[in-house]
Amino acid sequence: MQYIDEFRDREKIISLVNRIRFESRKPMRIMEVCGGHTMAIHRFGIPSLLPGHIQLISGPGCPVCVTDRRFIDHAIAFSRQPDVIITTYGDLIKVPGSSSSLEREKAARADIRIVYSILDALTIAKKNRRKKIVFLGIGFETTAPGTAAGIIKAQMAGLFNFYVLSAHKVMPPAMSAIIQQGVPINGYLGPGHVSTITGSAMYEFIPDKYNMGVVISGFEPLDILQSIYMLVRQHEANQPKVEIQYSRVVRPEGNSQALELMNEVFELRDDWWRGLGVLPQSGLAIQQKYADFDAEKQFNIEIEPTREDKACICGDVLKGIASPADCRLFGKACTPTDPVGACMVSNEGACAAFFRYRKTAAE
Amino acid sequence: MCLSVPAKILSIEGEMAQCSVGGAIVEASLQMVTAEGIEPGDYVLLHTGFALQKISEEEAHVSLNLFNEFEDFNIRLDEEEKADRQYFG
Ligand code: SF4
Repeated sequence: MQYIDEFRDREKIISLVNRIRFESRKPMRIMEVCGGHTMAIHRFGIPSLLPGHIQLISGPGCPVCVTDRRFIDHAIAFSRQPDVIITTYGDLIKVPGSSSSLEREKAARADIRIVYSILDALTIAKKNRRKKIVFLGIGFETTAPGTAAGIIKAQMAGLFNFYVLSAHKVMPPAMSAIIQQGVPINGYLGPGHVSTITGSAMYEFIPDKYNMGVVISGFEPLDILQSIYMLVRQHEANQPKVEIQYSRVVRPEGNSQALELMNEVFELRDDWWRGLGVLPQSGLAIQQKYADFDAEKQFNIEIEPTREDKACICGDVLKGIASPADCRLFGKACTPTDPVGACMVSNEGACAAFFRYRKTAAE
Repeated sequence: MCLSVPAKILSIEGEMAQCSVGGAIVEASLQMVTAEGIEPGDYVLLHTGFALQKISEEEAHVSLNLFNEFEDFNIRLDEEEKADRQYFG
């Protein structure tokens, strides 16, 4: 298929790897902050291609993984209300809450429907006017404009039985928190899809303030290797900057139409991230003018006290200071079919990616 | 869920487009890319039912050409190595 196969060419991969080996001298730790990168890196076995002194570590880039367990508990409490239909992306369904999961509630007859797009949730709202449709909004800048578009459409269509529970987040505060909290890295593989929306200027503070490079990368093996190569060159020359490797999709100015939607509906608030804690101005709340569609404001229900599993070190994994292999539950009590922590649920989670592709590599 | 995939636009009706993603046909909203002047045959990046950006063919070729240069570099390295080996016997 166009723009996929060409970026997987074996010969070109080998030459790019050689080029990296040829030019890289200094040890380097590169963090990826996009779940799609985590998945691709493991799937294509990128770490095994790199010289030993270049290490790739996963950061807080999987939206499901960084989301507060309280959000799941919240969604579960909604699903137990009469006349409520929960609409959600598939990734959330298996995530363990404090005492249940959406999957278990569904088995117990809650009306929970997996949708691919918020547009499908709107269709459900149109067909079920007597029910209350709650859409679980998670994701970063890539996904938030779609949620905003959905809320505006609901208002225009007078769908006042449609609500959004927002756990949307923005990426830059997490990228600075990682550095401020002392995680030893030398550069970021910049999130390709987030940047499609935001553009590249919002990362300029990273080289300016922390003397560290950011290369916004695509998702095919050649994209990732080229981005690593660009970071290596910056690092060797001690000239950190923001560069776009994924230029076929990411424009320096981003997508202004999508940003407008996002700014119209959402406003920044402090938010909690698994592994990083509360980060100022890192979450997206629905603005007062769209309060009719804000599930947090329109439902008054009790949520059970949040309980975390103590043995799960998902927080440290997301912060890049532990590997999934360091967790004593990994592959034993915690597997993708029966996950203990959020990092094992989503395909983009570091534990799930590690589990799936390390296993195939070993076979 | 962060999955975003290249999709080829097949037909457009109002704000919605039929796209092909690896053989499967899906619907997508073009609401966020109207300024790009999308036409059937164009490729877009698709995410949760919305086209997020038009994929630039030109830029894709710039990247691919760059990879060719790396390949040339590699061939040169190989040749130098061979020459070295001959020289040092
Ligand atoms: S393997 Fe499971 S329990 Fe361990 S850190 Fe990952 S998600 Fe948590």
